[in-house]
Amino acid sequence: MTVDPAGRAGYLDHPARMGFFTDTSICIGCKACEVACKEWNAVPEDGLALSGMSYDNTVGLGASTWRHVAFIEQPVTAVAPSSPAQPAPSSALEGVRWLMASDVCKHCTESACLDVCPTGALFRTEFGTVVVQDDVCNGCGYCVPACPFGVIDRREEDGQAHKCTLCYDRLGAGMEPACAKACPTESIQFGPLDELRERAALRVADLQAAGQEKAQLYLEDPADGIGGGGAFFLLLDEPEVYGLPPDPVVTTRDLPEMWRHVAIAAAGLAATAVALGLARRK
Amino acid sequence: MVPEAEFSSYYGRPVIKEPVWKAPDVAGYLFFGGLAGASSVLAVGAQLSGYSKLARVGKIGALGAISVSAAALVHDLGRPERFVNMLRVFKPSSPMSVGSWLLAGYGPMAGAAAVSEVTGILPRVGRAATLGAGLLGPGVATYTAALICDTAVPAWHEGYREMPYVFAGSAASAAGGLGLLAVHPADAEPARNLAVLGAAVELIAKRQLLDRLARPGEQSLAEPYQTGTTGAILRLAEFLTAGALAGAVLGRTSRTVSALSGAALVAASAMTRFGIFEAGLASARDPRYTIVAQRRRRGEE
Repeated sequence: MTVDPAGRAGYLDHPARMGFFTDTSICIGCKACEVACKEWNAVPEDGLALSGMSYDNTVGLGASTWRHVAFIEQPVTAVAPSSPAQPAPSSALEGVRWLMASDVCKHCTESACLDVCPTGALFRTEFGTVVVQDDVCNGCGYCVPACPFGVIDRREEDGQAHKCTLCYDRLGAGMEPACAKACPTESIQFGPLDELRERAALRVADLQAAGQEKAQLYLEDPADGIGGGGAFFLLLDEPEVYGLPPDPVVTTRDLPEMWRHVAIAAAGLAATAVALGLARRK
Repeated sequence: MVPEAEFSSYYGRPVIKEPVWKAPDVAGYLFFGGLAGASSVLAVGAQLSGYSKLARVGKIGALGAISVSAAALVHDLGRPERFVNMLRVFKPSSPMSVGSWLLAGYGPMAGAAAVSEVTGILPRVGRAATLGAGLLGPGVATYTAALICDTAVPAWHEGYREMPYVFAGSAASAAGGLGLLAVHPADAEPARNLAVLGAAVELIAKRQLLDRLARPGEQSLAEPYQTGTTGAILRLAEFLTAGALAGAVLGRTSRTVSALSGAALVAASAMTRFGIFEAGLASARDPRYTIVAQRRRRGEE
């Protein structure tokens, strides 16, 4: 397991690993990130229907949605006197806690989509991010079920896989990704991953001290099932509440054992050919 | 009756994305690819032991099946005209990459073997190609198990230990069945042996797969394989396989019984692949299969 995916991919002299720290405790659900992303990357429109899922009409990440803001309304039974992190609810919204979070591709250290891509279209950049080459992808769709977070998808209009690039073109010009630039509260923070992790540790400690018992970092730990995410989150409840898997593990971890069983089964079939051949016709 | 595990989800939405693959193309390829690979195995065995009619059926069957396979795979691509990009790189971390290279080697050999057999030209090349196809055939028949299991799809991934044996057995029983269907039983002994062995392996491996996936009480990953239309199809396939196994052995002097058994084995193999495919899709669609298992794993740490 490594926290230097770019080095492992073969880059000799590469910049620091860049990523996102999305602090959902200060997200105001404005969706500027969704709009900025679509505008900068010329991502096509992919649905204008109302979903009935609170203010979330985007529904989920996909080939044409690379930032998705989730809204969860939770009834709150007992109301404690206010602490800075838990203001008393207004009379109009008695007993409701409203969680908002901007979801994005995690740019995993151990990236399943990258591992299974047969054409090499998906590759690791010098910044440690994972990007699809649009001129190589032939739309085989293998990356789609491989992703433990359901991020990447195949776009119907062009038959290819698309996902967040962490604004690779902007990074190359020394700029921050469009979503981070547009976010008015700095819920989406961009920078070197080490710095972001330090900042996040302090922030989650503050929240827990203020009474937010369920405040937790998600995908920050390099020892987790994907080697830690290039994009990680501060959540105020369990991951599955936000639609995130509770304990994601990259499928590639089991691949060596899979190949072993394939080899044994194939050898068995081959041995059968030999056995059949040895039984000469009477 | 153990109560269902409680869990939260985001408005009941799936956590992962189900495959975008279409059943006729990819589930069909699982079947035809397995049939092709195992037919090449049968062709080698039959040729070496002097069953020339059976060897011919094996070679032609392999070419036919792998041609259908190639067409199905290219058709399923989002950009079919870029199918050649499959050979841009060789990545052992991608079963699809390994499979593409296997097919690139196997296909031409299966073709040369069949063409030489039918036309009689270049018999030494034909013999070498038959051997080569027989060597790569087992790989073609089993790598697809790694392909579907190397995903986040719960019903597939958790079955990765048994799936290669299910696929090998299913392929062998289909190839043997094809032999029994096409050739008089007196000239088809290797096909019968392969079919019986394949059917037995498939039945046992499938049972072990479901036993492993089934957990008492909590969200059982065996459910997608056992409920609904998919469950019915898989049970019917198991019944057909078992019946055909008996028919192949007990009715080995009867042309009719042998042929019916052969046909049943081929049909059952196809149904098994489609059933496994659909079970996977169902497990991806319902968030409970992803969330409950992972919460349990997190709790056990």
